[in-house]
Amino acid sequence: MNKHVMNEAIGETRLDRGTQGVIGKGVDRYEGKLKVSGLAPYAYEHLAGEDVAYGFVVPGAIGRGAIKSVDASKAEALPGVLAVISGDKITRASSQPMAPAAQTIDGEVFHYNQPVALVIADSFETARHASHLVKVEYEAKKGRYDITARETVREPDPMPMEPVNERGDFEKAFAAAEVQFDETYTTPSYHAAAMEPHASVAKFDGDTLTVWTSCQLLESGVGQIAAGAGIDQEKVRVHSPYIGGGFGSKLGTSPDAVLSALGAMTVGKPVKIALTRQNVFQATSRRGETIQRIRIGATRDGKIACFAHECDTTNSPGNGFFEPSGISSVFLYAGKDRRIAHNLVETDCLMTSAVRAPGEATGMLATEGALDELADRLGIDPIEFREMNEPEVNPQDDTPFSSRKLIECMDEGAKRFGWDKRPATPASRREGEWLIGYGMASASRANSLMQSSAEIEMSPDGRATVRTAMTDIGTGTYTILQQIAAEMLGLPLDQVDVELGDTALPPSSGSGGSWGANSAGSSVYVAAEAVIAQFAKRLDVEADTLTLKDGHAIAGNRQIPFSEILNGESLSVTGTIEPGDTSESTHQASYGAHFCEVAVNAVTGETRIRRLLTVGAAGRILNLKTATSQCYGGQIWGIGYALEEELVIDTRNGLLVNHDLAEYHVPVHADVPKLDVVLLEERDRYASPLAGKGIGELAIAGVGAAINNAIYNATGVRVRDYPITMDKLLAGLPDDIDAAA
Amino acid sequence: MRPFEYARAGNVSEAGQLAGRFIAGGTNLLDLMKLEVEAPEKLVDITRLPLDKIEDTEDGGLRIGALVTNSDLAADPRIRRDYEVLSRALLAGASGQLRNKATTGGNLLQRTRCGYFYEPSQPCNKREPGSGCGAIGGFNRIHAILGTSDKCIATHPSDMAVAMQALEATVETQKTDGSTREIPLIEFHRLSGDTPEIETVLEPGELITAVRLPKSQGGNQVYRKVRDRASYAFALVSVAAVVKMDGGKIEWARLAFGGLAHKPWRNHDLEAALKGEAPSSALFDKAADILLADAKGQGENDFKIPLARRTLKAVLAQATKGA
Repeated sequence: MNKHVMNEAIGETRLDRGTQGVIGKGVDRYEGKLKVSGLAPYAYEHLAGEDVAYGFVVPGAIGRGAIKSVDASKAEALPGVLAVISGDKITRASSQPMAPAAQTIDGEVFHYNQPVALVIADSFETARHASHLVKVEYEAKKGRYDITARETVREPDPMPMEPVNERGDFEKAFAAAEVQFDETYTTPSYHAAAMEPHASVAKFDGDTLTVWTSCQLLESGVGQIAAGAGIDQEKVRVHSPYIGGGFGSKLGTSPDAVLSALGAMTVGKPVKIALTRQNVFQATSRRGETIQRIRIGATRDGKIACFAHECDTTNSPGNGFFEPSGISSVFLYAGKDRRIAHNLVETDCLMTSAVRAPGEATGMLATEGALDELADRLGIDPIEFREMNEPEVNPQDDTPFSSRKLIECMDEGAKRFGWDKRPATPASRREGEWLIGYGMASASRANSLMQSSAEIEMSPDGRATVRTAMTDIGTGTYTILQQIAAEMLGLPLDQVDVELGDTALPPSSGSGGSWGANSAGSSVYVAAEAVIAQFAKRLDVEADTLTLKDGHAIAGNRQIPFSEILNGESLSVTGTIEPGDTSESTHQASYGAHFCEVAVNAVTGETRIRRLLTVGAAGRILNLKTATSQCYGGQIWGIGYALEEELVIDTRNGLLVNHDLAEYHVPVHADVPKLDVVLLEERDRYASPLAGKGIGELAIAGVGAAINNAIYNATGVRVRDYPITMDKLLAGLPDDIDAAA
Repeated sequence: MRPFEYARAGNVSEAGQLAGRFIAGGTNLLDLMKLEVEAPEKLVDITRLPLDKIEDTEDGGLRIGALVTNSDLAADPRIRRDYEVLSRALLAGASGQLRNKATTGGNLLQRTRCGYFYEPSQPCNKREPGSGCGAIGGFNRIHAILGTSDKCIATHPSDMAVAMQALEATVETQKTDGSTREIPLIEFHRLSGDTPEIETVLEPGELITAVRLPKSQGGNQVYRKVRDRASYAFALVSVAAVVKMDGGKIEWARLAFGGLAHKPWRNHDLEAALKGEAPSSALFDKAADILLADAKGQGENDFKIPLARRTLKAVLAQATKGA
């Protein structure tokens, strides 16, 4: 077993030496050509041309209640309908990440449009039409749909963080503070809205089940499908080689995975289910709405004395996951007395779960707005204010930071952006109809390393194939694993192949929490080290003295092609990475700073982003192009969260009103200006053997707040209720409309 | 989607006699059929009819065939030169892909985007007469503030029709008996009243064959659309203006509004109040007062009242500049 446990800082590695010269380079995606030419099959496209049946989910028609009866006779009578499955086994929604199983409906409706039955037919169209013929009778119950009513408040589970983190006596310190800041921010519910709708194809061969699905975490997915279908986990194999975006919504398997298996079992042939866009909104998972009270006590000259971030968020019955909005407040700024706390308000709406950067994505919309507000009240530049309150160690428990370049990000960003030209007073710069403002915000995203394994097989001709049950959700995993293997082994990129997305391969961390590159990448590092050790042994040299380049091992004055070392045989090794002491002995996070220029229309309050710059530091960057693309995505989400996105809950009945992409507004091209991303050189030797940190979720953290702060600078109006739509600005806009036009 | 019969109309007079729902671009109808919000028993495909030309008329105007796509109409040099407000309105709507499919006649007949209309388990008098209105007391950000009823507060989503209203367009139709008529666009769409399911004055089987634009009277033309994102969103408020100035005064003004009502909105009193006056902030406020005298917010859309005022004033300021 070739295993590396991250118990201490990593020293210099072959990645630092860069002999092959491919690590870090912005090379094209490994699977890029397959994707752009339509040759990369997504889940639903498997078994094309085979004899399959099609499933369609029947959504429930009430918010909360019991299912009295399901009359499927009309549906079943329709020619082409093979079966209608109802009853307790139907899944409520997606499974929570890493949960043993998805929740089942057990005769009840837990949220509006919850799946209540499944129709299977010989065509998609027939199944869809039959879904309208299934008559369900309900006994409606009173539901709880409004988080602000706080009808049921309970402790969340201690995942992904402890709900309460306290140090010292916040209340006492706040009462004594020279300056007291106390404001409440709210964020609405959001949906991941990945481009590829959740879809699955299930096929039995005897008692063995194969499921092609769109899933980020395959290891736990196997268990969830097995539990839902009521079969042995050993009999389930899951494939997810290509995924059209996940953003957390595919961490747990979605209802189609279990339902396609149940369907295949029932009708005796493979079943395909693609959720409709409406189903995706109604029956997978969402990000919970939040109410966040921020209290900061400071001295008049700008030193933060105490910091409190208290949050209400929501989930449905039986779900303990919470949106951890205070996750970055624990460590981001100084302050002796601290209180970061979360409550869960139970509501009868679609379950909430992880969506890109759970915690930071919502929490920093609040805290980074609050910091800007307080800096403004104190008359201090917001960058200077943040720098004055930079902690030397984690203020919660005094652990050292593994690496932290927040100040460098702010300074570099300020210089590149021209922060010195920021309008000194709000609402002071105008260009015709447009009010111009600058804003900035910090970014941080907690880093984590997960256990992960990978195999490298060296074929007799010296080529390498990397295999792991890892997923690539569009982030670039294929490519960075190829680059790591190529750099470590001294192979040109085209001599390295990568196979992912199959649970028959070595178990991996999966994609989530920005841990994928570090975890799966480190397992490839470990496997490569094992290959090199074997090479060294065969050449009778110390591995450290071996230089590998272009498929040759160089030892002293010898240069031996790999094929010669392999001597006509293939060599296969598996490497495993495990988190260790460094995740406790150091505090690990990626950092960044966002800078934004907005123009707000003085007549209508419409906001346009003119410039957006993110400077980030996330340890070693494995591929400049895919890392930058991740940041672009985060910036664009930030535009959505700041200005547009809101999953609207009708608090009378729990309906998610805007459950399609016409009315759930994500940014369109016209909303997005030219984006700038700068990644600073950094190595974090405590984070992983790669010396990298997570980057996938860094850029979404705080970017919406930078936009908010720019809108304040442009208009003098501070909005604490996201999204910042025009109706929230109108009252504060100038009245000289005729002059504006 | 409920199974349906399909027929293809070979000529205009046959189309109505085939007795089904007409389909051309299908950019709205097909979505609604998938949800079974619409479930026609028969579709009559009119895409092969010779209604895809933009022709000059004897009175110097244009006759736009019902099947002219939104893309082609927006790009037509005569439209861009003489009716620029229409070109701008078209390009402010939908997306390039949709405009390539969507037709002139279909655009007039597109249905509301009300979320309760689209959700079959919710009450909606427009979808299911007598079932109630989910939007009243619900999420009604995009809903109407003018001309509403207690049965329906939906808006008409078209941009094109708003500009055509300001251009005093007429709709040319053919009935099942072969007779034709010209309906002023202002009379074409209905307010919701007690029968929100009936949206136009068209009779069953009556086919839109063309939209006629009268000879261009010149004037300054402005289309301004205010929405929740920069593109691909329906208007919260839109204003189409055609204003003729004469010696620093408004000779005449024609204004139409989108996003405010169950139909593209026009107010003759407002236009009369502007006629012969010199532009001023006070005058524009007076115009807004007339427009919004009976405006009624529904909660989530209360902001449309000040937004409509501000947008109208800005459009008037722009349209009354210069000669």
